[in-house]
Amino acid sequence: MSPTLIQAPSQAPSPSLSQAGIGTGSQPVIAVENLGFSYGDNPVLVGVDLTIAAGEFLGLVGPNAGGKSTLLKLMLGLLAPQTGRIQVLGMPPRAARRYLGYVPQYPTFPRDFPISVEQVVLMGRLGLGPPLGWYRPADRAAVRTALAEVEALDLAARRIGTLSGGQLQRVLLARALVGEPRILILDEPTANIDQRVEGDIFELLARLNARLTILVVSHDIAFISGFVHRVACLNRTLICHRTDAVDGDLLHRLYHADVRAVAHGH
Amino acid sequence: MNEFLTALTDHAFLRTALLAGLLASIGCGVIGTYVVVKRIAFLAGGIAHSVLGGMGAALYFGFDPLLGALIAALVSALIIGGVRLAWRAQEDTLVGALWAIGMAVGILFIAKTPGYSTDLMSYLFGNILLVRQRDLWLMAGLDLALVLTVALFYRQFLAVSFDEEFARLRGVPVTFFYLLLLCLVAVTVVLLIQVVGLILVIALLTLPAAVAGHYVHSLGGMMVIATLLGIGFTSGGLALSYGPDLPAGPTIILLAGAVYVISAVLSGLLTRRRAQRLAQRPGPAAVTAGRGTLGPAGPSA
Repeated sequence: MSPTLIQAPSQAPSPSLSQAGIGTGSQPVIAVENLGFSYGDNPVLVGVDLTIAAGEFLGLVGPNAGGKSTLLKLMLGLLAPQTGRIQVLGMPPRAARRYLGYVPQYPTFPRDFPISVEQVVLMGRLGLGPPLGWYRPADRAAVRTALAEVEALDLAARRIGTLSGGQLQRVLLARALVGEPRILILDEPTANIDQRVEGDIFELLARLNARLTILVVSHDIAFISGFVHRVACLNRTLICHRTDAVDGDLLHRLYHADVRAVAHGH
Repeated sequence: MNEFLTALTDHAFLRTALLAGLLASIGCGVIGTYVVVKRIAFLAGGIAHSVLGGMGAALYFGFDPLLGALIAALVSALIIGGVRLAWRAQEDTLVGALWAIGMAVGILFIAKTPGYSTDLMSYLFGNILLVRQRDLWLMAGLDLALVLTVALFYRQFLAVSFDEEFARLRGVPVTFFYLLLLCLVAVTVVLLIQVVGLILVIALLTLPAAVAGHYVHSLGGMMVIATLLGIGFTSGGLALSYGPDLPAGPTIILLAGAVYVISAVLSGLLTRRRAQRLAQRPGPAAVTAGRGTLGPAGPSA
């Protein structure tokens, strides 16, 4: 992470590039302006500008500790920006939360928690019904629909700790979908699963993209560029590119090391 | 055992003791389940021990020690919860400090209280035989409050126990429910202090729920089984202690501990045998296990 990269935002005129993205013409669903965030003395994000249009399927890539997860947490309103601002659906992130579906990178729960898949997915319905009492039949119906959509209906009665990595990701995706979100945000959804299952999950995301705006974080630029419309590369600051513009020069600047260029088959 | 049953019909205080055990078991089953799945036994221990501060103060100023215990438990639950939310990195140090400070305050108050302080032992180790009739009403009221709160906010408590970050994203006021949960733990501690005293509380708060967790895999199921186990432990411990004239609290705890150890060994064996059967039978389940995603000898709870 060299200092020159921190001063690089002028090289990334993201507004013009975002207009080159797909789904233009409508209001941006996520608008990030001159965003800065640091943990203590350690700047994680500097001068980040990013516009995500409705219907877009955006990949966010970058090296470890490049600020990807922090940017997501800011979009979700789990952290507050120190400089700049974020608008989600024209609202502050906290107010827009109920329109967001979130799939975390690591499950933050203990695997041995005594809970069934259905109960886990039902949690995605919190905040939609009355605050008191149990879930309603409509919630259970929505859970079945969401599980069917991710092809995991047969797992409904299973205990969460008995699932394989790929099954767990599908269930977490269903938990995000069941709240009827407008934007789906996934943090490394395929970090802990094998390549074949990874392909299945991304094909599923591509189908969901027909009705949802999707933002997916990955460290694997080669893999995701076959699915997403546009790749945003983050290493403290942001460099936006369409998938076909990802080349060795960009990768070199981004990772500050020689990275083998990736051929795109589309 | 027969001797105990005869005594039960003869002595009202024994019936009161049995009822106290029953009422305490409801709290230990319902709230103990949260303590176990959310892994806050250490926090619960801190709350339980700092209660002595409130009991000592109540004794010194001439209030009902049980009322002092209730107030002290709620205050220490909020302090410990606040400490955990504000200084997460040093949580264990600070909870440990509060644990000891609460006890020290209590001991000083008791030492300076005029008159004799034989009550100290029964605060620390409980004396179920000294439970008064009116204490039962207070215990029943606390139980009702616990069960009602959990029933009304079951979804929120489940979400906050399972995945705080996701609960927050779904608009659940996580901090509020976390502190409320600790307050429910505080109320349960007061219920259980009657039965086993504040030092042994932590065992009744964790062991019945942990044994239940060996066999049932839903939160509601754990609560029911843990409550039944709690009733079994308190009644059984009381009966076992009566004949040889042993203190009831420690007998209850040793019974619970013995059942826990046996159950842990048994459920470990069952899990291993199930995994071996799966491994021998070629099929989709065995393939899953072979990929290493399903730990065959994984956590049994």
